[in-house]
Amino acid sequence: MVQPVLSIKSLVVEIPTRKGVLRPVDQVSYDIFPGEILGIVGESGAGKSMTGNAVIGLLERPARIVSGDVLLSGNPIHNLSASEFRKIRGKKIGMIFQDPLTSLNPLLTVGEQLVETIIEHLAVSKKEAQERAIAALEEVGIPAARERIGSYPHEFSGGMRQRVVIALALCAEPDLVIADEPTTALDVSVQAQIIALLKRLCRERGVGVMLVTHDMGVIAEAADRVAVMYAGRLAELGAVRDVLTAPKHPYTYGLMGSTPLASRGLERLKQIPGSMPRLGALPEGCAFSPRCDFAQEVCKTGSSPFIADEDAQAACWFPLQHTKLRSSK
Amino acid sequence: MSFFVVVSLIMGAIFAPLLAPYDPFDPATLNLMNGFTGPLTPNQFTQDVFVLGTDDQGRDVLSTILFGMRISLFVGFSAVFLAMILGVILGLLAGYIGGWLDATIMRVADVQLTFPSILVAMLIFGIAKGVTPAEFRDQVAIWVLILAIGLSDWVQFARVVRGATLVERQKEYVQAAQLIGRANLAVMLKHILPNVLNPVLVIATISLALAIIAEATLSFLGVGAPPTKPSLGTLIRIGQEYMFSGEWWILFFPAITLLALALSINLLGDWLRDALNPRLR
Amino acid sequence: MLAYILRRIFQSLIVLLAVGFVAFAMFSFVGDPVDNMLGQERTQADIERLREQLGLDQPFIVQYWRFLEQAAQGNFGLSYRQGRPVSEIIAERLPATVELALVSGFLAFIGGVGLGVFTAIRRHGVLPSFIMTASLVGVSLPTFLIGILLIYIFSVELGWLPSFGRGEIVDLGGWTTGFLTASGLKALILPAITLGLYQMTLIMRLVRTEMLEVLRMDYIRFARARGLTEKTINFRHALKNTLVPVITITGLQLGSIIAFAIITETVFQWPGVGLLFINAVQFVDIPVMAAYLMMISVMFVGINLIVDVLYFAIDPRLRIERSVGGH
Repeated sequence: MVQPVLSIKSLVVEIPTRKGVLRPVDQVSYDIFPGEILGIVGESGAGKSMTGNAVIGLLERPARIVSGDVLLSGNPIHNLSASEFRKIRGKKIGMIFQDPLTSLNPLLTVGEQLVETIIEHLAVSKKEAQERAIAALEEVGIPAARERIGSYPHEFSGGMRQRVVIALALCAEPDLVIADEPTTALDVSVQAQIIALLKRLCRERGVGVMLVTHDMGVIAEAADRVAVMYAGRLAELGAVRDVLTAPKHPYTYGLMGSTPLASRGLERLKQIPGSMPRLGALPEGCAFSPRCDFAQEVCKTGSSPFIADEDAQAACWFPLQHTKLRSSK
Repeated sequence: MSFFVVVSLIMGAIFAPLLAPYDPFDPATLNLMNGFTGPLTPNQFTQDVFVLGTDDQGRDVLSTILFGMRISLFVGFSAVFLAMILGVILGLLAGYIGGWLDATIMRVADVQLTFPSILVAMLIFGIAKGVTPAEFRDQVAIWVLILAIGLSDWVQFARVVRGATLVERQKEYVQAAQLIGRANLAVMLKHILPNVLNPVLVIATISLALAIIAEATLSFLGVGAPPTKPSLGTLIRIGQEYMFSGEWWILFFPAITLLALALSINLLGDWLRDALNPRLR
Repeated sequence: MLAYILRRIFQSLIVLLAVGFVAFAMFSFVGDPVDNMLGQERTQADIERLREQLGLDQPFIVQYWRFLEQAAQGNFGLSYRQGRPVSEIIAERLPATVELALVSGFLAFIGGVGLGVFTAIRRHGVLPSFIMTASLVGVSLPTFLIGILLIYIFSVELGWLPSFGRGEIVDLGGWTTGFLTASGLKALILPAITLGLYQMTLIMRLVRTEMLEVLRMDYIRFARARGLTEKTINFRHALKNTLVPVITITGLQLGSIIAFAIITETVFQWPGVGLLFINAVQFVDIPVMAAYLMMISVMFVGINLIVDVLYFAIDPRLRIERSVGGH
């Protein structure tokens, strides 16, 4: 069996605050395989970005990993020292942030930022790094790369900038890329292009991608598998087609009902009543139970359900069966 | 702790006439033979003892410091008061009347702001000195100082008040009143003043510290309190001359006092600013 | 860009005219120049003659214009105190102040940026806390006290450095410099530190604040995510972005260095234009006062202008997206 590029096992991240200890990531487990895109979807505050930050070692104090494992190509990385981690970042794990304008240093040219990254991780001369930088820009579809290598970030449009960011994340040839809301700050028309670019590059290079987003449409478009997060916990995990058409977790089901899908025609969008609980005020039992249409006694008391392994599973005592719920179109 | 220091210094200044063992300004009590006596050592001629020594003219250093502090504090408070009144009035006028008056006042403010306020104060002092006949110069020096420092500092107050006035003017009740034909100044003031009170107080505390330091500096430079009615700055200036020749106390004690005053006023100001800052509550 | 520069130049001219007016008003209303220049035994005829010579019988505006004309040529008449042309006196003393200002500005900048970066990178610890506290003290102390304190420690007690004057200076055809002699350099040290300390503290706090702000930016996070070393991040990315606003504000501070030079020169009896000015104020030597005023106005206004333009040039974003409006 192919070894996963990233393997997270029962990861727990805690933030000590004055009001108590919060768990933005609670017992999360999933794998990402080379060449596959795993979408992480959920509302703001569900813990998706936090997981990504934990993987790349960029958790901001006082958040920290308290238990669980993070394995990169089989090697544990959650316990590395700061300097060891620095060598991995960029070289083995790349990261893309949401806002391409603020991700790039406005006072350095695009070329300079590329070259410094390349030189840091690959043992090449400056000239060669320059060539590689130009090649990287061409790969992400920037026209006239050789001339534009000396341009400043503000001289590019939003979509172009995100391409530059992707080029930067990929230029040291990592095995895993964490894309944190890469299209949220872009125009809808540009979003599709960026997603297509990301897909192509990752399949070609066999890179695993953790695609974090709150936009179901992006997931449907780009991901192979999807993980749904709720209140810091994993609610559902499975192949995109399965999860989107036959969601097992009532929350995912609710999400589908509130997402406009072409197949639905003119149905009214359903909204899940209430809102996701804040980390400091989690209910007992299953975190979704207060809003769940199908909640039973055991859901509200007792322990919280977790996903046991990474096959298509839902963290629910009573996962939904779908023969009757499938759309009749 | 700084609070304590400031309070005791201020108390000392206010009660100077009672606390000071000697009156340093009354020429009758001065005996030149007492000059240059060290601290707590009896004078070789008159056998008088002075706690902190005497200066070149036989004045008791302790008393002079106490009275000097009085002058420093008086000038400081008065100057800030002047700046505040001036700034508030100009700000109100600028904001309320607007138009060319506003533009003029703001232009003047901008021009004045191009220059450091100490320079402006020096200039004003020089001009005032020029128009005053020589005999009166010493007497009016204190008032000129207050004028100079106050005039150099009004801009911040004006800006804040002008801003608040402009905001207030936009409000409906003002526009309504103007439609009827009355501009309701008194009511406006009632609304404006509570708004500006906080920032004005903050600016005032900063200005106070700066004003006291400005006074000390100007006096030290010789364009402030004269040697006949010296403030701490003047004393330090006098003391500097004798730094090398051994009469260290003429410089030392006033300098320490000024240091303590400056530091504690600044700390107090910081503390006050934090306390008044609505964002930190 | 050109429009912006022109507008700023126009504003500067207005300020200069206003200052010129104040300077001229000083001449007209403060004391009687004729009175000041002639001795005790003067006849009415002498007074009349001098009045005519000085053009004092002309209308106000004409006098004002002539004043401006002459000022633009550097002619401010004769000093009341010394009887020599003001421009000559100022030219003599200018090098002293300039050298002092340059050295102290340099010290302030290097020290300020260095300490600022240090306390921004190392936010916690004994040394940074100590430096921050010391800076608080540095800001609250009056400059002259610092000067006197330094004199006390280094001249009186230790005897290492001189407490007044410039030391030996070398005349380079009009410009006298203290850089070329050991005693000249030694004499520069204490005054330069005194003058520069306040500036250094300001710059340090500014750099620290700016840098802390910059270090929180997304591009710094992204640089970390790319595995760049802390050293690269701090000095290549953060510092560059920090310096842009710092340079602007520092430039504006140059003006106050000139003003504070007056105090420092007095403490150390440094024969520069600052000491000249204060003596002029004490003596009510109007021509010198007016000349000094005009001179530093030109300097301040000029510095503000240059800094504005420089800022424009440094930040590439502004070159393209220049929007309408003043500062």
